[in-house]
Amino acid sequence: MAVQPQTNQTSATGTEYIVRCKDVVKEYMMGTQVVRALNGVTLDIVRGEYLSIMGPSGSGKSTLFNMIGGLDKPTSGSVFINDVDMAQLDAQELAFLRCRTIGYIFQTFNLIPVMTALENVMLPMIFGGLSTDEAIDRGIELLKLVGLGERLHHKPNELSGGQQQRVAIARALANNPQIILADEPTGNLDLRTGKEIIELLRQLNKEQGVTIISATHDLKMVDVSDRIVWIRDGRIDRVEERAAVEVRVGDVEGTPG
Amino acid sequence: MRKDGRQVERLQLPFRVAFHISMQSVRIRFWRSVITAAGTVLGIAFLVSVLTAMMIQRNSGAITDPSERYRMTWLVIMSLLVCLVGITNAMLMSVTERYKEIGTMKCLGAYDIFIVELFFIESALVGLIASVIGWFLGVFAVVLIKLFSDGFKVFGWISLGEIFLYLILSIVIGTLLSVIATIIPAQVAARMPAAAALRVEV
Ligand SMILES: Nc1ncnc2c1ncn2[C@@H]1O[C@H](COP(=O)(O)OP(=O)(O)OP(=O)(O)O)[C@@H](O)[C@H]1O
Ligand SMILES: [Mg+2]
Repeated sequence: MAVQPQTNQTSATGTEYIVRCKDVVKEYMMGTQVVRALNGVTLDIVRGEYLSIMGPSGSGKSTLFNMIGGLDKPTSGSVFINDVDMAQLDAQELAFLRCRTIGYIFQTFNLIPVMTALENVMLPMIFGGLSTDEAIDRGIELLKLVGLGERLHHKPNELSGGQQQRVAIARALANNPQIILADEPTGNLDLRTGKEIIELLRQLNKEQGVTIISATHDLKMVDVSDRIVWIRDGRIDRVEERAAVEVRVGDVEGTPG
Repeated sequence: MRKDGRQVERLQLPFRVAFHISMQSVRIRFWRSVITAAGTVLGIAFLVSVLTAMMIQRNSGAITDPSERYRMTWLVIMSLLVCLVGITNAMLMSVTERYKEIGTMKCLGAYDIFIVELFFIESALVGLIASVIGWFLGVFAVVLIKLFSDGFKVFGWISLGEIFLYLILSIVIGTLLSVIATIIPAQVAARMPAAAALRVEV
């Protein structure tokens, strides 16, 4: 089960990259036609930053989410998480990465419908080997953190969209991940609830130091992001940094062409 | 916590937790479970009705034609096979309905085998309950029919011990049938990619 040690790719400036995408290309076959969803994306993401990926519908945001999250493999190019090339990982190591290193948040919340809020939050911890008692304690603590201490035993269909997304955030945090990956986390929420969720994510990013990578069309995200990557037709169009740079951001290589 | 990325510990799904999830799944998706159960109920009801009818006939002193026995055995086997296909079909539909849930579980770290396990426990539970119902219906139907044709002396021809044996037989065959029918659907489910969690429609 050993993976060959990778060369440490932390740059000379001391900036620590948690995710590195190198020339990532992803093609899908649609019948006989090839759809190029990602067309050479090179992007380094700094540990602890709040990064938003913006772009029009069909530009490849969700595809990039899949690549970074280890949910799908690039057609060519590579994705490194903590300097480990994901292409080197076997199924079991990928499952471990998904369980421990990354927390996922989806547009459609994706709570397991047959489980209560608390059970949903406990599931990744149980997978990770925690005892039921430990998982219950931490699950309650996390649900309190996201403001749902009173809704522990509700089923997802008994919760509002905003509440479900809070449970999903608590679940994403279950195993203390280094990265939270969110695909349009506010896409199915009204303006106010969306704002609350964004603020919660920002708070977690600041307080717990978790790196947040969020694909979104939601311009409300712009205010809280450290960096915004605009993609168009599967390529990085431009990268905007917030004026007041709080994290040290390494340079981002533009896509060739 | 993995520091250097080298050592990978095994993730786990304790049986108790898997059982709880499957049980909730059967309960909450009640009508889907009923559809899956229908195949087993019918198959077992037919099997038990044949057995019960033969027992009553035997105990009533009527002569049984051996060729009739072969014919019935053949019919029962065929009916169980048809039920098997029915259960597989219902389970496959259930799997396609749950693509997002399965993908999500994989995003949380589930191995393929966890997904297989959940579907097997679920089908065993449904098979067990369906077998008991099928057994009851089979016995009930035959006794009722014989009651009409032969009157109360039917009760003298019924051996409760044998009826009880049919219950055990039903549970074994019905549960097995349900689990076997789930082999293919469970494999389809296990192969569902984690990325299915993001899919909007199917
Ligand atoms: N599984 C797939 N099979 C075939 N084509 C796909 C698949 N997934 C994505 N695509 C195509 O890849 C392109 C990028 O899709 P993607 O879902 O990444 O866009 P997106 O930026 O997330 O859009 P949206 O904002 O609407 O969610 C689209 O043209 C889409 O049709
Ligand atoms: Mg998308």
